[in-house]
Amino acid sequence: MEIIQQLVNGISLGSIYALIALGYTMVYGIVKLINFAHGDVFMIGSFIGFYSITFLHLGFFPALIISMVVCAILGVVIERIAYKPLRNATRIAALITAIGVSLLIEYGMIYLRGAQPEAYPINTLPSKSIHLLGITINSQSLFILGISIVLMIVLQFIVHKTKTGKAMRAVSHDAEAAKLMGISVDRTISATFAIGSALAGAAGVIFGTYYIKIEPLMGLIPGIKAFVAAVLGGIGIIPGAMVGGLLLGVIESLVSAFGYSLWRDGVAFVVLILILIFRPSGLFGKNFKEKV
Amino acid sequence: MSILKQSKGFWLSVIISLVFFGVVQWLISSEVLNSYYTNTLFTLSINIILAISLHLIIGITGQFSIGHAGFLAVGAYASAIMTMKLEMPFPVALIVGGIVATIAGLIIGIPSLRLKGDYLAIATLGFGEIVRIIFLNIDYVGGASGMQVMNLTTWPWVYACLLISIIVIVNFTNSTHGRACISIRENEIASDAMGINTTYYKVIAFAIGSFFAGVAGGLYAHNFYIIQPTNFGFLKSFDILIFVVLGGLGSLSGAVIAAIILTIVSTFLQDYAETRMIIYSLVLIIMMLFRPQGLLGTREITSFFKKSKDAGGGTQNGNKQTTA
Repeated sequence: MEIIQQLVNGISLGSIYALIALGYTMVYGIVKLINFAHGDVFMIGSFIGFYSITFLHLGFFPALIISMVVCAILGVVIERIAYKPLRNATRIAALITAIGVSLLIEYGMIYLRGAQPEAYPINTLPSKSIHLLGITINSQSLFILGISIVLMIVLQFIVHKTKTGKAMRAVSHDAEAAKLMGISVDRTISATFAIGSALAGAAGVIFGTYYIKIEPLMGLIPGIKAFVAAVLGGIGIIPGAMVGGLLLGVIESLVSAFGYSLWRDGVAFVVLILILIFRPSGLFGKNFKEKV
Repeated sequence: MSILKQSKGFWLSVIISLVFFGVVQWLISSEVLNSYYTNTLFTLSINIILAISLHLIIGITGQFSIGHAGFLAVGAYASAIMTMKLEMPFPVALIVGGIVATIAGLIIGIPSLRLKGDYLAIATLGFGEIVRIIFLNIDYVGGASGMQVMNLTTWPWVYACLLISIIVIVNFTNSTHGRACISIRENEIASDAMGINTTYYKVIAFAIGSFFAGVAGGLYAHNFYIIQPTNFGFLKSFDILIFVVLGGLGSLSGAVIAAIILTIVSTFLQDYAETRMIIYSLVLIIMMLFRPQGLLGTREITSFFKKSKDAGGGTQNGNKQTTA
């Protein structure tokens, strides 16, 4: 029974990873860039949610939406300033810029408000214990899972049913050909960053509600783990990111359940390295031969 | 004639390095340089060793590894265990630190060097973090509270390690092996097609780089009174990466100059840690936007004085950096 309870926790945690991983995977699918700053957008989203709840006295859902909107704008700004000029530069230059942006957001935040952690207000979401077949499930976990599922369905709808989504898929398949077909590549990339960052912002608010403590450097570890999740599922593949996120959450919870909670972060990286070595294209990916 | 000229240059550099060593040693022993400046000088030298060891991996071989703090940590802990637990002399500890870091470099290098670009970066980042978590969970080395280390680092040892690492890496770069590594940086598939054993050279470069990072770790550990796993996180790796990137991907003297400038700047900004990081990050972004090849590109500082002589580190004509 203990194991099943840990599984439920793992799925809640995994759905947060999945939301962040979606942003990674979408951006990587289109511009082939590991957006290191994505974890920091998640942190910013968390803080915006916190300030809207405590200072503006908003409820959970308005805070969630504000945070998503602000993060979407932030994502587009980052893309325009830091990544767009490097569209044709080497991959390493883009990666180093991403690291720079990540550090800038983290330490800019510390500069503005100090490094001290902040505690999320506890009763933003109804917290009740539900007993079911001998397992205790907190209603917050269910809420988190529900919100994540709704957001993922919305994302699937956007990607598969709307014009923007079609453009995104076209650009990720072949940017040159998409341009020839009259798709504005720049606008599509901006839309991708906006959607990905909005999901990270939502994940930030959910994280804060669930784990209470937030701080300026908190984006780093969940950010990298979300990247692990994206690689696990096959980077660039949207359902892969969801499955990878959930899987990683469950793996971590099981590691904690067996009493190795101090090794939890390490296990995520071991999973990453094993996946990269044995199946570099991820669980859902196909292998491509390299063209010379 | 050219042999005579070369040997003249050799003896000149020997004399210059000995004089520099003597002057600094005299300044330290006569206490013109107080302990604060001495400490800064040691940190500076350790940072130079770290910068050039990473330069060999990123700048020469083009393998984007961002977990260098992991090797530093392995070297630091291995040498600290040698002196503090097994009571070995300091030079033995330094060498053991280097060797253990080399072994770590081989363990991570052989499987993960099949990866390219971003994936290698993420794998090495993960490796660095795994190392940190392992040390965090071993009680033998003090866990999170860290390990007490004697202050054994002295100027002769620091200077010797610095000189040896520069000499080894410069000679490696200018040897056949170094040329092979540069060709891997320029185009891995093409150099593979030309019959270069790319995996072999990448692992060699990784092993040498991690050896010197391990030695630097030994010096680093014995320069402070305590080492903690938190000293070897992402930020330390990024610090070292910034030296290499800022100086120029592929330029040894660039990495050295960047290490010197940034160490001095961060010493002055010690009390304003977040300002320092903001400046660092802005420098990184602006550098990449306007001069992605770094300050010197693949050129060496010597090439500004004499145009004809090959200064190593890669192609002289055209500052093109085509790292994967």
